[in-house]
Amino acid sequence: MSDAVALSLDEAGAHALDLVGVGRRFGALTALADITLSVRAGERRAILGSNGAGKTTLFNTITGDFPPSSGRIRFFGEDVTHFPAHERIRRGLRRTYQISLLFDGLSVIDSIFLACRGVSRRRFSLLRPRRDDATRAQAEQLLHAVRLDDARDVAVGQLSHGQKRQVEIALALAGAPRFILFDEPAAGLAPTERRDLVAILTALPAHIGYIIIEHDLDVALRVAERVTMMHNGRIFKEGTPDEIEADAEVQAIYLGGAHG
Amino acid sequence: MSPRAATHLVAGLLLLAYPLVASPFFVFQIGAYSLILGTIALSLMILAGYGGMVSLAQMMVAGVAGYLVAILGTNESGLLGFGWPWWLYVPVAVLIASVVASLIGLLAVRSAGIYMIMITLAVATAFFYFARQNYAVLNGFNGFHGVVPPHAFGIAWRRPIPFYYLCLAVAAAFYAAALYGERSTFGLALQAVRDNPRRMRALGFNVPALRVFAFFLAGVIAATAGVLLVWFNSQISPGTISVAAAIDTLVIAVVGGIRRPAGPYFGALLFAVLQNFAIDLIDPERFNTVIGIVFLAVVLLSPDGLLGLFARLRNAVPTRSFAEPEPARPAGAVPQRSRI
Ligand SMILES: Nc1ncnc2c1ncn2[C@@H]1O[C@H](COP(=O)(O)OP(=O)(O)O)[C@@H](O)[C@H]1O
Ligand SMILES: [Mg+2]
Repeated sequence: MSDAVALSLDEAGAHALDLVGVGRRFGALTALADITLSVRAGERRAILGSNGAGKTTLFNTITGDFPPSSGRIRFFGEDVTHFPAHERIRRGLRRTYQISLLFDGLSVIDSIFLACRGVSRRRFSLLRPRRDDATRAQAEQLLHAVRLDDARDVAVGQLSHGQKRQVEIALALAGAPRFILFDEPAAGLAPTERRDLVAILTALPAHIGYIIIEHDLDVALRVAERVTMMHNGRIFKEGTPDEIEADAEVQAIYLGGAHG
Repeated sequence: MSPRAATHLVAGLLLLAYPLVASPFFVFQIGAYSLILGTIALSLMILAGYGGMVSLAQMMVAGVAGYLVAILGTNESGLLGFGWPWWLYVPVAVLIASVVASLIGLLAVRSAGIYMIMITLAVATAFFYFARQNYAVLNGFNGFHGVVPPHAFGIAWRRPIPFYYLCLAVAAAFYAAALYGERSTFGLALQAVRDNPRRMRALGFNVPALRVFAFFLAGVIAATAGVLLVWFNSQISPGTISVAAAIDTLVIAVVGGIRRPAGPYFGALLFAVLQNFAIDLIDPERFNTVIGIVFLAVVLLSPDGLLGLFARLRNAVPTRSFAEPEPARPAGAVPQRSRI
């Protein structure tokens, strides 16, 4: 094998996400312009930016909730730009939603069970899962991991806001995720719930990377190794949490309010 | 025994005993007919109640199966009638009609709500006009008559009592399958797609494929009931699959209760009773007005149809004979049946 091939394979393997020139327009509005971004496998990245900066839109193009208007997206080296969402998920991509998107009529355990089943086989089985079904066992573990044991059989529509956010997290951890996109998972949570969230994020196995969109710097800077700043659909700065906190431009645009 | 199992046991015994006390007219015109209409409406309930997809093409699917029975089996219209044995034409008719249902699903599943209703209505209407104008295969306006149930296993299935039990067996099998399937992996996935299709994609499910499969399964149910319907009428013509018949199916399911499989059967019973007796009381021209008013009244009184009305009456009665003591539960929490 030549060195060049070895190098490119190695690079492809090392990156969970590679975005090149990704753009997205809504009519006349350019929500994303020319985003080029690479995230290593296992890396933990925070994206900061004011409301309307295009952060959620960026997630939507990566997961395939809708396609980008331009650019390419690679997931672990594979070009997934035109893959439907479910194909990307089956390859190990996961996400949570800024505004909970859950199944109000289903119980918590059934919702988590479906998340585990969605990335395994027999998704359309007409049989009830057996008592010793492996997916069932996974769902019970995950229920426990996000501390929802007490709400196991409650309809998701009846949960509190904080519990719904926990279900969001559980759905994103189902199966064997390789890379997760968290869209403002701490929004609206009480301080203790935030601590639980940080504990869950920091306890994730090292090979699972993620991008977290988070307005709360206390959370964001604690759970991320690198920070990307977005504004008006563009990336304008990238660095370690320390560099970002110290940066004068960032202070002016973003942190001014928080620290003032 | 749970209250639910007890209710099912009592209902089952009543349905089995019904022909012992009822006249042949009641056994056939009310009993068998309600079970057939209820099963067609059940196929709609599964799509709409579990899947959030309202299809007006379920009566058409039943009609396709009915036409196939007339064409592949025997009829007295002097057109086609291949004379196949029942054990061959029944499964073939059901299978082809279910494939047709899947094709309708393929057209319809990328739209939702009112658009899905319009697409399925358009397909059903187109098939109605096609059937009326096609004399080469479907015998046009006249359709096929003399399409009767076979004589099999030493039983003349066209006689009212055997035919009633045949309809009861089919209805009970699909009803039980629906209750079981509600908690199957596919059943849960279908309900989840109803609640949030976008999230289901983000969990790795191929949502359009899932919906088309639901159309196929509902198609099997509607088609099997369609075979019974052509035997019940001993004929099939475009009238069977008219736009009015398509809408009757929707009315039956909604009035009975679209959320649970029992609903369509109650709706069908009410419909069959009104259809048979309203005509004695008033001039046939007014029949649709009476049906319309009764159904409007039920839906206005109870958005969950007859089932919702029964539940409210039950709750209004203070004594709870079979109920187990209610477990304490956190305020605001509604327990779901979860058996995964
Ligand atoms: N589905 C959509 N249709 C039209 N405009 C949208 C849509 N989604 C997002 N936008 C617009 O794109 C811009 C970026 O939005 P978003 O990505 O949600 O920002 P952020 O998540 O950074 O707050 C906003 O101006 C928003 O109004
Ligand atoms: Mg956002």
